[in-house]
Amino acid sequence: MSQSDIADRDGMQNGQAQDGGEESTRRDFIYIATASFGAVGVAGVAWPLIDQMNPDASVRALAAVEIDISAVEVGQSITVKWRGKPVFIRHRTEEEITSAEATPLSDLPDPQSDEARIQRPEWLVMVGICTHLGCVPLGQRGDYGGWFCPCHGSHYDTSGRIRKGPAPLNLEVPDYVFLTDTRIRIG
Amino acid sequence: MSHKNTYVPKTGISRWMDERLPIIRFAHDNILDYPTPKNLNYWWTFGGILSFFLVSQIITGIVLAMHYVPNVDLAFGSVEHIMRDVNYGWLIRYAHANGASLFFVAVYIHIFRGLYYGSYKEPREILWILGVVIYLLMMATAFFGYVLPWGQMSVWGATVITNLFGAVPFIGEAVREWLWGDFSVGNATLNRFFSLHYLLPFMIAGVVVLHIWALHVPGNNNPVGITARRDQDTLPFHPYYTLKDGFALTLFLILFAWFIFFDPNAMGHPDNYAEANPLVTPEHIVPEWYLTPFYAILRAIPDKLMGVVAMFAAILVLFFLPWLDTSKVRSARFRPLYRQFFFIFVAVCIALGWLGTQPAEGIYVTVARLLTAWYFAHFLIVMPLLGMWEKTSPLPESLSKPVLSEGERGAS
Repeated sequence: MSQSDIADRDGMQNGQAQDGGEESTRRDFIYIATASFGAVGVAGVAWPLIDQMNPDASVRALAAVEIDISAVEVGQSITVKWRGKPVFIRHRTEEEITSAEATPLSDLPDPQSDEARIQRPEWLVMVGICTHLGCVPLGQRGDYGGWFCPCHGSHYDTSGRIRKGPAPLNLEVPDYVFLTDTRIRIG
Repeated sequence: MSHKNTYVPKTGISRWMDERLPIIRFAHDNILDYPTPKNLNYWWTFGGILSFFLVSQIITGIVLAMHYVPNVDLAFGSVEHIMRDVNYGWLIRYAHANGASLFFVAVYIHIFRGLYYGSYKEPREILWILGVVIYLLMMATAFFGYVLPWGQMSVWGATVITNLFGAVPFIGEAVREWLWGDFSVGNATLNRFFSLHYLLPFMIAGVVVLHIWALHVPGNNNPVGITARRDQDTLPFHPYYTLKDGFALTLFLILFAWFIFFDPNAMGHPDNYAEANPLVTPEHIVPEWYLTPFYAILRAIPDKLMGVVAMFAAILVLFFLPWLDTSKVRSARFRPLYRQFFFIFVAVCIALGWLGTQPAEGIYVTVARLLTAWYFAHFLIVMPLLGMWEKTSPLPESLSKPVLSEGERGAS
């Protein structure tokens, strides 16, 4: 039988399938089953190739750090590295706390009270990465006495909340706990 | 290919070869005897110049990879090692870095030439689309390459660009960490960028083969834009255009050499000679000059997601150009209005490129917004409407006509 004969028969059977012919249904089933089996196999092989790019075990193992904050005086900040990112720890002054608490929520693009962002009012802990495109904002600059991102001009207030500029969100507050009065653990 | 085969093997060996792998026949038809319109001007020489730069970048890149170490602790030092210790390392690295910039100079001239003479129009749509694909691959390759020296601009440029993907709703965060292989741009990122930077040029080479294939089926467009008839309108590629391209390449290489030997850091950024510091962002982040128009568009939009969308749309709109331009006339020589809009568009692109290097504040942002609007209007409004309304000047009957009449004018 020549190739074209087979093609013709296939065509005929496909025609029958529309009429509910049984033989072609079985063949269709085999086609679909084979293709599905192949697709699952390809997906199974592709996943390790995709997932290898996600953060690996050695990266995830370094996901928490402990910091001694006893030496940070009022009005000073330190920057520590956590997961490769800078974390700002600021010992806030009275004025900074007052101005952060006094800001009405209606003035904020991403409304969040100062209280919701801190555990102890004098200590502000947050990830020092601009929520726009990931630059590190500069401290005690900008129009609101908080942080200013030089890359694309976002201004944050003394609670690290976005006030002006292209950034959509407040600076992220990481998970952290006060182990003692002078020690915190981030992560 | 579309033209008639004229190759006749002359020796026994070439006959034997021709029956098994007709590669000599292929080269003969596509390089030596390929019929080329006889009126091509020097704007048509940039295809050859681009081929040269692709090869040059691959060769210098392979050599640099023999000395470079893709590790966050060693990368910066290994680049300095190339500059100071490796024999002629400075020459090879400067040729590679400046080669990237001149590659883009040439590709922009090549693209604008296509825009001016309507080279994207029927029947060359696929040729144009393959060109846009090459351009995208070039931008990705250049971006990955700029990260490798692991200077301050490398890391913060990479941070800003990868963060663009964080703007995608819902999955943005996961995509970003997947791109980084970390919670920030780190060693895993540098490693994979090195791997991809090595891979993509070969993909470019592959698409270039398709691009040339798609060119050789309909044949070259030409400054007049009317279709060349084979015999009276064309010349064999060799020796006419091999020599013309060779001459243009020589001139372009003088410019290349001038940059390498007299001002090798003119198109770089001094901040990239400071080693990467993930805790301090440079005061002012700018991408390399060839990406700044798109950077200006990104920053012109006040919304993060929409800024990213606009930036990608600015490139993607090029894919649809063959259908956005409704004019039947190819060459801007016969489109008096389009010609003016073309030069306005060139000026807008250059202005956006300059704005992309300026701080994103005050008047710069306002102007960038107006120019961004014009950029899109050019493709989405001007091009479709102009094709319908514009009164074009009469087309010459053949390619020879304008050449001959100009010749007569010169002689009298």
